[in-house]
Amino acid sequence: MDAAQALADLTEISSQVVQAVILEQDGAPLATTIGEPTLLSRFVSGVERLLEEADAQARTRGLGGTLSQLEATTLEGSVFVVRNDSRRLIAATTRPDPTVGLVLYDLKRCLACLDEAPPAGEGENDVEPPAPLVSHPGGRAPAAQRKVDSSA
Amino acid sequence: MVLAAGFFAGSIAYRRRTARRIDRVELYAEDGSMASLASGSPEAERLLALARVLLSLAR
Repeated sequence: MDAAQALADLTEISSQVVQAVILEQDGAPLATTIGEPTLLSRFVSGVERLLEEADAQARTRGLGGTLSQLEATTLEGSVFVVRNDSRRLIAATTRPDPTVGLVLYDLKRCLACLDEAPPAGEGENDVEPPAPLVSHPGGRAPAAQRKVDSSA
Repeated sequence: MVLAAGFFAGSIAYRRRTARRIDRVELYAEDGSMASLASGSPEAERLLALARVLLSLAR
């Protein structure tokens, strides 16, 4: 799936997400909800600094393997970063007191949508493709349909 | 007047205490291990400061 479409689906499904950006391993933005380039650049730099510091903390504390998720909760809102096997990552801010499990699920799903779009002839042994949301005419599925799809 | 001042001071103290309880960072590794950094530790404060910058940019 196209990254912009995956992000559009995310923000449509998760009303708790305020801003989000999908980054390639090298830090290049694949898709974002932030329209202003300067702001986006500062946001991406901030995400990279946050991850560097979090990686250092994870190593110090002896966490096994690479850091895969981060959640920073404040009174003003929360910041989530989810990184997957392909080293893409999605960073999102939410309003205060989000439903953490749901937000993390939606962010992981968003990244999975990107990875699970196999080239023709590949992917027979993969888990079933993500249920989403994109094949609906007009790009928007009815809410009930989305709910059924995402639980499949 | 004294009552109002007391209420104001109390609300500030309550808010600070609540903030201390709420602010935290949780790190999850690939192998399923996790670490929770509570507000107040230098490590957590560094991460929370960076998170607050992102939140301010995202408004």
